[in-house]
Amino acid sequence: MLSKRIIPCLDVKDGQVVKGVKFQGHEVVGDILDLAQRYSEAGADELVFYEISASVEKRLLDVNWVAEIARHINIPFCVAGGIKSVADAARVLEQGADKISINSPAIARPELIKELHDEFGKQCVVVGVDSFYDKQTQEYLVYQLTGDPNAASRTRYKTQEWVKRVQDLGAGEIVLNCMNQDGVRNGYDIAQLSAIRALCKVPLIASGGAGSMQDFVDVFKQTNVDGALAASVFHKGVIEIPKLKQFLINNDVAARQ
Amino acid sequence: MIAIINTGCANINSVRFAFERLGVTPEVITAPEKLARFERAILPGVGHANVAMKRLNEQGWAEAIADYQRPLMGICLGMQLLCESTEEGDIPCLGRIPGKVELLETNELTAPHMGWNNLRVVKPHALTTGLSEQDQVYFVHSFAHTINQSTLVSGEYGQAFSAIVANDNYAGMQFHPERSGKVGAQLLQNFINWQL
Repeated sequence: MLSKRIIPCLDVKDGQVVKGVKFQGHEVVGDILDLAQRYSEAGADELVFYEISASVEKRLLDVNWVAEIARHINIPFCVAGGIKSVADAARVLEQGADKISINSPAIARPELIKELHDEFGKQCVVVGVDSFYDKQTQEYLVYQLTGDPNAASRTRYKTQEWVKRVQDLGAGEIVLNCMNQDGVRNGYDIAQLSAIRALCKVPLIASGGAGSMQDFVDVFKQTNVDGALAASVFHKGVIEIPKLKQFLINNDVAARQ
Repeated sequence: MIAIINTGCANINSVRFAFERLGVTPEVITAPEKLARFERAILPGVGHANVAMKRLNEQGWAEAIADYQRPLMGICLGMQLLCESTEEGDIPCLGRIPGKVELLETNELTAPHMGWNNLRVVKPHALTTGLSEQDQVYFVHSFAHTINQSTLVSGEYGQAFSAIVANDNYAGMQFHPERSGKVGAQLLQNFINWQL
């Protein structure tokens, strides 16, 4: 049976892994390769690396660390940060990354999704969506450039319509970052993830809000997402991956041990 | 010495690194005439079957692979290209492994089939050494080889399909052993140990 994926997310800035709260005020967590190896050996199913300053600084991520990860890690990993063209993506994939994830550049130029799909195949193309719940209008809105609080801004898209669009363009997987929940460990945004799951035919990954092992059980059972991404609970040792896997299994969620 | 066949459209590095982690240094080759010198060979592959098959034919790999007498294993799309034909682009393939590659019927499940899934050994073989029912490997694919006499190991996602196949000196793995943790490392070691 296909396992639900547990995906530690490593935000990279200036060659180190950092973590902020609600996408702001980053602190250094540790070395990229050390953390990647630790999570891989602990039983993580996949790793995601976001070079958070790349899009904001209008440059491609530093591909040197990508090769180091590929050399030492024996689980799949996805890389994101300032990938704006097929040529950019090729440079990252050549180093050994399994997938590339695009976010702000896809909003600036949605055809990029189709170009990447046509060149590398659907399985390589992940689209990250930063979604903010506006309490006043009760709408889910797509944000961009969230790697820097000064650059972050609202886009013209509502989350539902954007998710439909990126699928039509050829995205092979969607990571939905629920910004209201990010880093605050109050649980995943079940209502939003359920709404998006209903219209998402490709694998959907939940992101933002994991605080306890029960949060993972809830998101898998209540929204049927394919994977759950988390950062601070793993970086700070609040949740250990082997224990989480056992907890999922005890709660009838398919997990790899 | 292991050759990794580089047709210019595959993610070569992750396969190369996986063998290096096992203490073996493969050589990435781009010239088909070199293939015969190697003791075994890997045909990796990502992307679209149409593009990859075209390159294999144009660059002379089709004959070199057909003439090769030693263990040669395709990974993911590489495995599919060793079969008779594929529905991806409706094209004939290399025909080294009997059977067709068809679109995986996933019904209500999300597609592509992406993630860690179980294996079931249907025909024990040198390539299946050490596999147990709890073991999971990493899959990413939309098309799959339909189970037949070449199937050594099956997988299931919406329907049963071939996860490992072998015919004579040719074999294939639909999942990514290079990205399948310890289980994947064992399977690559099995390939290194495979004697015809």
